[in-house]
Amino acid sequence: MAATFFGEVVRAPCRAGTEEEEEEEEGRRETPEDREVRLQLARKREVRLLRRQTKTCLEFSLLEKHPCSRFIIAIGSNAVAFLSSFVMNSGVWEEIGCAKLWNEWCRTADSTHLSPTEAFCVFYQLKAHHSVILCQCSCYVAEDQQYQWLEKVFGSRPRKNMQVTILTCRHVTDYKTSESTCSLPSPFLKALKTENFRDQTCCSLLEQPNIVHDLPAAVLSYCQVWNMSAVLYLCYTDVMKLDLITVEAFKPILSSRSFKGLVKNIPQSTEILKKLTTTNQIQSNIYT
Amino acid sequence: MFIPCGETFPDLSGFTLLMPAVSVGNVGQLAIDLIISTLDMCKIGYFYTDCLVPIVGNNPYATAKENAAELSTNAEVYSLPSKKLVVLQLRSIFIKYKSKSFCEKLLCWVENSGCARVIVLSSSHSYHRNDKQLSSTPFRYLLTPSIQKTVQNKIKSLNWQEMEKSPCIPEIEDSDLCVRVPGGGITKLLYDESCCKDIQMAVLLKFVSEGDNIPDALGLVEYLNEWLQIIKPH
Repeated sequence: MAATFFGEVVRAPCRAGTEEEEEEEEGRRETPEDREVRLQLARKREVRLLRRQTKTCLEFSLLEKHPCSRFIIAIGSNAVAFLSSFVMNSGVWEEIGCAKLWNEWCRTADSTHLSPTEAFCVFYQLKAHHSVILCQCSCYVAEDQQYQWLEKVFGSRPRKNMQVTILTCRHVTDYKTSESTCSLPSPFLKALKTENFRDQTCCSLLEQPNIVHDLPAAVLSYCQVWNMSAVLYLCYTDVMKLDLITVEAFKPILSSRSFKGLVKNIPQSTEILKKLTTTNQIQSNIYT
Repeated sequence: MFIPCGETFPDLSGFTLLMPAVSVGNVGQLAIDLIISTLDMCKIGYFYTDCLVPIVGNNPYATAKENAAELSTNAEVYSLPSKKLVVLQLRSIFIKYKSKSFCEKLLCWVENSGCARVIVLSSSHSYHRNDKQLSSTPFRYLLTPSIQKTVQNKIKSLNWQEMEKSPCIPEIEDSDLCVRVPGGGITKLLYDESCCKDIQMAVLLKFVSEGDNIPDALGLVEYLNEWLQIIKPH
């Protein structure tokens, strides 16, 4: 408890998270109907991998069915736009799966069919070389869904001969530094890598005490624990929605081994990116 | 589940497992950080589970540029074989409804690994103290029945204060008394489960308020050291 300046006693937030007594009490008060609702909600929140073409669920994990040597995951609109403009534009990619999930931020309809507007997490394979798989994930995968997402994508047996590259953005206000934030050259890239990642990173490593959360953290943790080679490129930006300058901040990674042979025409890609960001700006105008 | 860093599983038979409860002021976790960095403990594996919120960052115990780039995850295991100590550090909070599952998985690992005993470092809300507790030491301990047989005499010689029982239902005056650790996270759950499974567990906790809890962590480690004598007191 804490007292405010006005003399009222309020419950102070606890850094340790949810009070365990609240959860215990919820457990004690839970009726069979409450329990049924909770289980139904858990089923609704299950992560499923589908093949949109056949409207069927994948029986095995994605990477068990489609083994590869390079797996590139873009999480968030800017990272997705980067891969769309610079990588997907430079080859022929076929869709091999789509993750369907429901949560408070990502409300897909409860069916096996996913409309194009609901396809927030799509997996593509390079037709010429099946050794490269991309994931374009523009939806939020909640904490309780991240482990399931990993199981459905990576499966139970980790693939050691695969390099994983994760691209994502965070707001620059999340970056902790002793320097003045005015002097930060936003947007800027930082990297985190697993012990088995032997290549040079394209930017400096993320310093302590900065940490990464959400799906990028879940993927990198999985790779670290299972001794896989993985690198996360994190772009700190002050514009979280689709933004040309933020997307272009990822350009240094085009020269890395993860993208070798995948990028063909950078000027054309830049043009595509400009069109993508312009379209988005017009759509967001309330007068049109 | 426990996943070792190397190819083989380390032998932890007879080891003392130290771990934090994610609790008020994060005191247990700060105390564990202090122990790991002071003893320069070596990472031996990960406790990989779907129960904790995933987080990653670079090595929080870095001493030089060379070891600053080691990735750290939300639950890691460190050891110091010379003192038969193994430490589990938890760096994030539990996902809703997953704390009981975590306790089950953790205690299962404790039993299978052959650890001799578990010591949980925790904390409790200082505003929940009664009048007697307000005027006494802020440190408390709890022992499961199976560990009492082995350490009771040592604990008695230290003149430590056992955590008092309080009414199970505070609103009812003649309610039964039970152990309550408000703000202690999974402390009570771990303690109760360990009592049921006959696991040798001790809980050491401090009454704290949220704020700069570094001094509380230092105090808790000194409290632990009174018993285990991991390092010689100054």
